[in-house]
Amino acid sequence: MDYFVLVIAAIFVNNIVLAQYLGNCPFIGTSKDSGVALGMGLAVVFVATLAAVITWCVQEYLLAPNDLDYLQTIAFILVIAALVQFVEMFLKKAIPPLYKSLGIFLPLITTNCAVLGIAIICQREEFGLFETFLFSMASGAGFLLALVLLAGIRERLDLSRVPMAMRGTPLGLVMAGLMSLAFFAFKGMAS
Amino acid sequence: MITASVLILLGIGFTAAVILAVASKLLYVYEDPRIAQVEGVLAGANCGGCGFPGCAGAAQGVVDGKAGATVCVIGGDAVAEKVAAIMGLEFASMEKQIAFVDCTGGFRAEEVYRYAGVKDCRAQHMLYSGSKMCPEGCLGYGTCVTACQFGAIEMGPNGYPVVDPNLCTACGGCEQVCPRGVITIWGMSARITHLNLETDCLAPCRQRCPGQINIPRYIEQVSRGDYAGALETIRERIPMPLSIGRVCPHPCEGVCRRGHVDEPVGINMIKRFAADWEMNSGTRLPIPCAPDTGRKVAVVGGGPAGLSCAFFLRRLGHSPTIFESMPKLGGQLRYGIPEYRLPKTVLDWEIQGILDLGIDVRSEQFFGKDFTLDTLREEGFEAVFLGIGAWMNLNLRIDNEDAEGVSTGTEFLTKVGLGMESGIGKKVVVVGGGNTAIDAARTSVRLGADVTLMYRRTRDEMPANIEEIVGAEEEGVKYLFLAAPTRIVKDGDGRVTHIEHIRMKLGAPDQSGRRSPIPVEGSETLMEADTVYTAIGQKPELSCLYENGVCQLEETRWRTLAADPDTLQTAMPHVFTGGDMHTGPALVITALGEGRKAARSIHQYLNGETPHAAERTQRDLLPYTMFTDVPDVGYRERSEMPHLIECDERSCTFGEIEGALDEVQAKHETCRCLRCGLTCYNRDMAEGQECASGDCVKNQ
Repeated sequence: MDYFVLVIAAIFVNNIVLAQYLGNCPFIGTSKDSGVALGMGLAVVFVATLAAVITWCVQEYLLAPNDLDYLQTIAFILVIAALVQFVEMFLKKAIPPLYKSLGIFLPLITTNCAVLGIAIICQREEFGLFETFLFSMASGAGFLLALVLLAGIRERLDLSRVPMAMRGTPLGLVMAGLMSLAFFAFKGMAS
Repeated sequence: MITASVLILLGIGFTAAVILAVASKLLYVYEDPRIAQVEGVLAGANCGGCGFPGCAGAAQGVVDGKAGATVCVIGGDAVAEKVAAIMGLEFASMEKQIAFVDCTGGFRAEEVYRYAGVKDCRAQHMLYSGSKMCPEGCLGYGTCVTACQFGAIEMGPNGYPVVDPNLCTACGGCEQVCPRGVITIWGMSARITHLNLETDCLAPCRQRCPGQINIPRYIEQVSRGDYAGALETIRERIPMPLSIGRVCPHPCEGVCRRGHVDEPVGINMIKRFAADWEMNSGTRLPIPCAPDTGRKVAVVGGGPAGLSCAFFLRRLGHSPTIFESMPKLGGQLRYGIPEYRLPKTVLDWEIQGILDLGIDVRSEQFFGKDFTLDTLREEGFEAVFLGIGAWMNLNLRIDNEDAEGVSTGTEFLTKVGLGMESGIGKKVVVVGGGNTAIDAARTSVRLGADVTLMYRRTRDEMPANIEEIVGAEEEGVKYLFLAAPTRIVKDGDGRVTHIEHIRMKLGAPDQSGRRSPIPVEGSETLMEADTVYTAIGQKPELSCLYENGVCQLEETRWRTLAADPDTLQTAMPHVFTGGDMHTGPALVITALGEGRKAARSIHQYLNGETPHAAERTQRDLLPYTMFTDVPDVGYRERSEMPHLIECDERSCTFGEIEGALDEVQAKHETCRCLRCGLTCYNRDMAEGQECASGDCVKNQ
């Protein structure tokens, strides 16, 4: 049951974008088209899960035993950057179709603060390895959900009569804000 | 602490570096250097039109052998040539393909529909409902316009997409997003060789046309003032719009849905208007042809079927040579149809346009005498089209049929066509009820004779066009219905003096649906006549196919040449047929259609394929597309064909009788078209609304 609550909380209540405000840059940048949004979202689910699990190990077996918790951010960035590069190489070799379908999104994730954020939250909440795995995957799914929803809205906005000054990113941000408000309705359901 | 921090970070960094270094060694993927080279010469637009994810993907595809040198849809021949050079391939110029909008119905929409996001036409239709009445076909929201990265498509004034052929790169973006299958990427050869499929958008007129002309499309083009486009559409199916515009009995109009409201659209009038527009302009529109293949094909017979076959073979890049037994080309169009229906100057102008494409002609060459199938093969002709028509007349099988003054309608018309002395007398009896009989009768009137047309059934059963029957009557031809000749009476010199005939009465309907005539015993009557023309039917003269009493080809029981009905391939694989020789006496438009069908099969044969037709080729009318009524359409008067010569003057001149519509009348006629698609048609904006020229466009 706890795990179920953990997943629901990660996706809806503490949505990484709409409640935690992390990863806004790719959120706005890749939500113009639902196809692109889906690709980016899936890539984040994949990398965030892998990154959280590996950084959990780094924290648990390297930083914490040496009392070097303050190095967490820089160490995690280093690990995530290397991980993304490795994943890219691995996919290119082992699963070329997946590599091609992820395309430009893999390198983009290197600078995605949502991935780093998920890894850090797992440490802050003192999750075990399995909880980290579950939470990071659910958080990625939350990112995917928010991205696809916003893409759907923005595609429809493209066809609507919108004042020129508000077209594109401005209205995208307004919509993101409204979505964020809507997601606040989940507050209190789980923590 | 500092030391530990530095060591840890350096350790993590070093470990990551080592892992990545090892990984880059272990996970190294060899990339063919040609991929980068090919990518370098591609257009770099990453349009995706080639079907690969961007230019890098396309380059990879070329190197992997999944795509050819022509992979880049926007680079054209120049880029293809460079790619071919890198890959060590030989480059041959490719035929230009463009997006082709056939927006009057589309595929079975439910079958092909794929949801492609909230912006696509279907989603828009559901969200906001459509402005189009038509439940099939184009919804007009312009998904294709936004999908086109080259600005080649825009929504036309009628709310349907219009493609600019100069900008279209045939990238296929529009085709992929259209939920209705309204846009297809097609090249000229594919369009020419396409036979109507049941899955095509087929308005009733288009289904009924033996030439398979895309009638709704050319009517729409004329309505937009795109007369050149309309002619191009017509010439994708038949090469002789001028002649057909004059002589076609327009079976298409018989199934026109407009006929349920008032009168059918004057389809043939519109065709004639477009064709005359070109001739009157004095300049010929360019007719595109595929690059030369150098393959030689012999076309035996220079009538409508042969001309059509040669025309389309030439357009497909082959080199046809027409062998004609008469001095000039045209067949029955020249020697069977009188001047007042189809002036020879018009026919000459049209045939010259066909020959100008690069078709050789050998006239006064008789098949079976001057050349045979074997000699043609020896000369290097890889395929043969036989289209010698049906010139042999059926006999009356009565006494004294060989009397002087008795001849056949076709012989008489041929003599007049050749400008020879016809030997016509003053009192002419024409036997028959078809168009040849009427042509013989009306021609005789013009030569000053007193003409009676004898037919064994009633006027309602006459197979001739109603306009012709009425026209003949107006010019003074007398009809004698329910009468059949029984004997020719001749004088001592062997010349006909009378024709004896018997009264007939109608019995039960026969296989053709017409009531069979039964003789009334004892009702024989003599009628004075110094000339008798018989026009009771023709059949092909197949004796030319026999060599030393042996024929390698098969005949049907109707004494026509047997062939596959779809491919027109005969028993000899390299011999094809078409026109009257295959069907027996039929319409000119049927012969033209068969010419194209044969050219298509010959094209397949020369390309090493077995001639074939698609499984769902349309052969008959599709029953569920035939309506019995069309609600919400208001009355609109049909344009009338102007007469160039008044009735009183007609009987003494061979001048052309019918004129062409003027531009205003033609536009009015196009606006009567309901633009029928597969199961739909355009209703009026409001029930009962009458046509006002200005409103026509918005209604369509």
